[in-house]
Amino acid sequence: MDFLRPDTVAEALALKAERPEAVPIAGGTDVMVELNFDRRRPAALLDLTRIAELREWSAGDGVVRVGAGVPYARIITELGDRLPGLAMAARTVGSPQIRNRGTVGGNLGAASPAGDAHPVLLAAGASVEVASTRGRRLVPATDFYLGVKRTALAPDELITAVHVPETGAPQQFSKVGTRNAMVIAVCSFAIALHPAQGRVGAAVGSAAPTPRRAADAEAFLAGELADGDRWASPRPLPDPVVRRFGELVASAASPIDDVRGSAAYRRHALSVLARRALGWAWRDYTGEVG
Amino acid sequence: MRVRLTVNGEQRHADDVWEGESLLFLLRERLGLPGSKNACEQGECGSCTVYLDGLPVCACLVAAGQAQDREVRTVEGLATGDPARGDRLDPVQEAFLAAGAVQCGFCTPGLVVAAHDLVERVPHPTDREIREALAGNLCRCTGYEAILAAVRLAARWKAGR
Ligand SMILES: Cc1cc2nc3c(=O)[nH]c(=O)nc-3n(C[C@H](O)[C@H](O)[C@H](O)COP(=O)(O)OP(=O)(O)OC[C@H]3O[C@@H](n4cnc5c(N)ncnc54)[C@H](O)[C@@H]3O)c2cc1C
Ligand code: FES
Ligand code: FES
Repeated sequence: MDFLRPDTVAEALALKAERPEAVPIAGGTDVMVELNFDRRRPAALLDLTRIAELREWSAGDGVVRVGAGVPYARIITELGDRLPGLAMAARTVGSPQIRNRGTVGGNLGAASPAGDAHPVLLAAGASVEVASTRGRRLVPATDFYLGVKRTALAPDELITAVHVPETGAPQQFSKVGTRNAMVIAVCSFAIALHPAQGRVGAAVGSAAPTPRRAADAEAFLAGELADGDRWASPRPLPDPVVRRFGELVASAASPIDDVRGSAAYRRHALSVLARRALGWAWRDYTGEVG
Repeated sequence: MRVRLTVNGEQRHADDVWEGESLLFLLRERLGLPGSKNACEQGECGSCTVYLDGLPVCACLVAAGQAQDREVRTVEGLATGDPARGDRLDPVQEAFLAAGAVQCGFCTPGLVVAAHDLVERVPHPTDREIREALAGNLCRCTGYEAILAAVRLAARWKAGR
């Protein structure tokens, strides 16, 4: 096995082009488990932790660019105001030790349907910045997840950042698990209000082969909110609207029965998570605008 | 490969390190520092917790090669003096003894490092903050009550120092 140690993104991309089979390692919280348990014996590891650029974030033009290697702990302390949904999801990841190492780039690279960053990125309308020696491109999060642990990343590409719109409006993330810490989501849900666009982003995790948007629920709620101009003069949402939203979110899922929960439980839990998260987000919005 | 790093303030190196090896293996098996324990090798138990560049991490989930040029502090590096000569342990270690927070002791080194980090950062931690800080460390023996008491005590001692 080789251990490759690039110091810059350019060096890393050159190495990845030359050795597409090299496995990138950032926080290592997924990769090392596979190595420790002999589930993977890559020909080379490509250590990304020496690359300063990947550990930086910047904001401008209403978008926050979060380097792929910014650990969850820093997203929580440094980006809680700008990206409330992502910070909420980050707070639920693993334990303090895991949050000090684990990264959104690694979450995307692993592309587990249960990854906590995914529903948030989908709801927020984020894009994944990927790069190779051929150039950089932005992949909308909706196009990034192709299947169980399969992504739009080409073999010579690395994830360099995520671009997350800074909406200034309420966002929520909610997940079901057996305890507070160290829990892989049984199912999860994220919502982001986009008042400027008169739109709502909603997405589910751990409830289908890939994280996915709940497009029918989004469209239904956008219609209800446009009706009577609720964005400009927000009032509490009628119960049937909230209930219908929950049903539509649940119907976006195609969950399976597994050790963590049954498909029926996941559908039910998603409708509850969606109702609650919408309630919290709309209450916050009403408080800010009304 | 050769890996060079700083461990508990000393420049150390190890040769013939396997590229897929963990920092935990490097510390325990190559550098003779068995304080950090190996239980799960999957980040679940926290018994391998060490400081890496000042942040508590699971040493089992850091590739040894990623520690190149970095600074590691293990439980062995917390006591400021030589305990064999009667020098003082870190207040967190003293507090674990005083509160009876150690039974079989397997989880203790990881908990001591995690608790050390908390009381260094947060002068008067609430119980919620203590529970949150120790959420990545499992103990099969104590039921945690004595551990919480030890951390409260350590925080008081550090604050009064
Ligand atoms: C105890 C424990 C608890 C956990 N709890 C949670 C949880 O609550 N929620 C959750 O979502 N996850 C959880 N995880 C999984 C893991 O921590 C996350 O998926 C994390 O985001 C991975 O980030 P990393 O930097 O450690 O990734 P790594 O392990 O370094 O990499 C993960 C994958 O992504 C690839 N990769 C990494 N960076 C890049 C890049 N820049 N470009 C291309 N590919 C890249 C790697 O090759 C690998 O395939 C947990 C893991 C452990 C061990
Ligand atoms: S051995 Fe590292 S967390 Fe259990
Ligand atoms: S004292 Fe035995 S595991 Fe904690």
